[in-house]
Amino acid sequence: MTLLEIHEPGETPLPHAGEGSLAVGIDLGTTNSVVAIAREGKPAALHDEAGRALVPSVVAYPAAGGVLVGEEARILESQEPRNVVASIKRLMGRGAADLHAVAGVLPYEIAPGGGPTDMVKLLIGGKARSPVEISAEILKALRARAEAALEKPIERAVITVPAYFDDAARTATRDAARVAGLEVLRLVNEPTAAALAYGLDKGSEGLYAVYDLGGGTFDFSLLRLEKGVFQVLATGGDTALGGDDFDRAIAERMLAERRTDGLADQVDEAAVKAALALGRQIKEQLSDRDQASGRLEIAGVPSFHTLERAAFEAMIEAYVARTIDIARSVLADAGMSAGEIEGVVLVGGSTRVPQVRAAVAAMGGKPPLSDIDPDEVVALGAALQAEALTGGGDTLLLDVTPLSLGLETMGGIVEKIVPRNTPIPVQLAQEFTTYQDGQAAMAIHVVQGEREMVADCRSLARFELLGIPPMTAGAARIRVMFAVDADGLLTVSAEERTTGVAQRVEVKPSYGLSHDDMADMLYDSLDNAEADMTLRLLTEARVEARRNLLALEAALARDGELLSAEERGALDAGRARLEAALSGDDREAINAAAEALEMLSKPFAERRMDRGIRDALSGLSVSELETRVGE
Amino acid sequence: MDHFARLGLPAALDLELAQLDRAYFARQRLWHPDRFVGRPAEERARASIEAAALNDAYRTLKDPVDRAVYLATLKGVELPGDGKTIDDPDLLMEAMEAREALHEATTVDEVEVLAGRARKDVEAALGGLASLLLQDDKPAIRKTLLRLRYLDKFAEEARARRMNIQRPRP
Repeated sequence: MTLLEIHEPGETPLPHAGEGSLAVGIDLGTTNSVVAIAREGKPAALHDEAGRALVPSVVAYPAAGGVLVGEEARILESQEPRNVVASIKRLMGRGAADLHAVAGVLPYEIAPGGGPTDMVKLLIGGKARSPVEISAEILKALRARAEAALEKPIERAVITVPAYFDDAARTATRDAARVAGLEVLRLVNEPTAAALAYGLDKGSEGLYAVYDLGGGTFDFSLLRLEKGVFQVLATGGDTALGGDDFDRAIAERMLAERRTDGLADQVDEAAVKAALALGRQIKEQLSDRDQASGRLEIAGVPSFHTLERAAFEAMIEAYVARTIDIARSVLADAGMSAGEIEGVVLVGGSTRVPQVRAAVAAMGGKPPLSDIDPDEVVALGAALQAEALTGGGDTLLLDVTPLSLGLETMGGIVEKIVPRNTPIPVQLAQEFTTYQDGQAAMAIHVVQGEREMVADCRSLARFELLGIPPMTAGAARIRVMFAVDADGLLTVSAEERTTGVAQRVEVKPSYGLSHDDMADMLYDSLDNAEADMTLRLLTEARVEARRNLLALEAALARDGELLSAEERGALDAGRARLEAALSGDDREAINAAAEALEMLSKPFAERRMDRGIRDALSGLSVSELETRVGE
Repeated sequence: MDHFARLGLPAALDLELAQLDRAYFARQRLWHPDRFVGRPAEERARASIEAAALNDAYRTLKDPVDRAVYLATLKGVELPGDGKTIDDPDLLMEAMEAREALHEATTVDEVEVLAGRARKDVEAALGGLASLLLQDDKPAIRKTLLRLRYLDKFAEEARARRMNIQRPRP
């Protein structure tokens, strides 16, 4: 075996460390998404023209055609509810069988067809669309925002996922990035990213906790920070608990109040969406007020609703209490007590709810940390990690598996191979044997979860190890190896050790995408590829033209007297023509104007070069000349 | 390479956790896949295998019971595979009684008392193990390790029980 060269940490040579290969950090959230960039350890969220960092994770397929993402999509929500999707993250990697868990929150029509093991598809805008392609639209919008803000093509990103995301949801997220034309450098767990944003900023050491209550998910992670090492000790959470539940509680109450008032509502999608939207507004208002009210209109019939903060707090008490229970069990997992925590980092918009803050403070005995905007902190951390991965930073991130991984054994019992909170990457193997004499095949069923019975865990994949030579029961030695990579993705392989019959599978989650699905989606994105490419070329042309204009301006300021008034006039006119072209969207016009200006400025450039050489040579000794040339 | 050697540590029952952390972090700085982004595939694969081996070593040595079991295995003590039935009648009796008590516990405090007792038993058993290893008393080592493993499992069950007693999800 050849020996590998190892570079000093931080000195790893970069593959394409050139100007054009910036990598961004993306927080693909349930409610909002954010894209950020870090340069020299300083992260910043990228804003739109209106100065907003948050992109609502809402996608619209308007009747008029096209795709809208973000605020524009949200505006369409009340007019064309059937063409608008929100909170799609909740369905990432989910099958139809999982839907009842979230059906109350997501008033969408499920596309017919598709077996029980296929990823669910929604009927949106009259077409069946998978969560992967809907998420890809959000990622495309974020990518476009980054390219516009940075004036560079963006092809690589660190994307964050809830620590509690299972293998199927992680794979779905990676697939969505692929459809959006982004290479995922690393999937980083959201709480870890948040800690990264805090840790690097403050140089903190010790035990920290991240309490992340987003729109649809809750994560609690414990990390140890020490001299540039971020070590995740334990993590836990609930993939279906978040601020959306608070909105829903308020919405249900308002709908009930309408019923009490004798309003016979037809509670359709539009009604539910309107009630949820008002519920969210009231919740947000209650963060700094004791009472909030609003007007709900369903099918043209208005009603007015008022909610006291105390009543709201009673409604969500059980949800908040559950987050604290989960936090305590994560602490128990790590063998730590709440008193040992140096600080709790708050992440997610739902941590703005005062009751949530109070509960966290009561648990840790200290006021929680929240000086970085909880809506941006995850993206900022992801951006830092993106920079570290492309720029060879010295930070080391050691993460863990959030859920146990195991195999089905006789009687539907789960044998855990990789326990939860195992540091990744990891490769662990266990030997199994045959149950019957002459058994020639073994069914391998891979599951994820903490429960003892297969039926209570999530099924990830099934495959068969074939060709086991005839042996008496119990004689075969089947070694099953689980490998989890640094993204938290699993590969399982099996081998019969006495004969060497081997089989290896990349675990394709049962609820993942079939190859046909993926092909369809890539096809769809090809339909849009032309538009994407046009935008890319336009951006590049603009960047190039601006750079040339700036260089010419600087040269004119320094050596302008080399030109006659007439020449100067012509050159200024050429500059004006290019500026005019730049204000438009016609790449050809920009390129033509840029070329014309280059022709015009050629004599000037030549004269400057002559003068430069003369100046350099005049009055210098030979040795000085050599020094000068060597510079 | 055994786990101790991989981390450059002496093969011993007592291990200072700070020293283990230092050794582990220093090696992960060299081998973690994040250090190999954009490198050729075979280098990345090699780094991933090495980082995984380091994680396995770290995880095993960090836990006192796992470390004791591992060290005994290195010294030639044979243990039945994890999850196999207990063949020691005294231990069997102890385990049955403890599980029954856990099952009957209805408050978090009651569970805590049982878990606390198990923790003390673990410490006592680990304390006795050092001299047994010195004497190379294999049957006694084996007996102690099986009991430690059971106590570990019991701690896990106690945690699960406590979670069940606490509020279920709304």
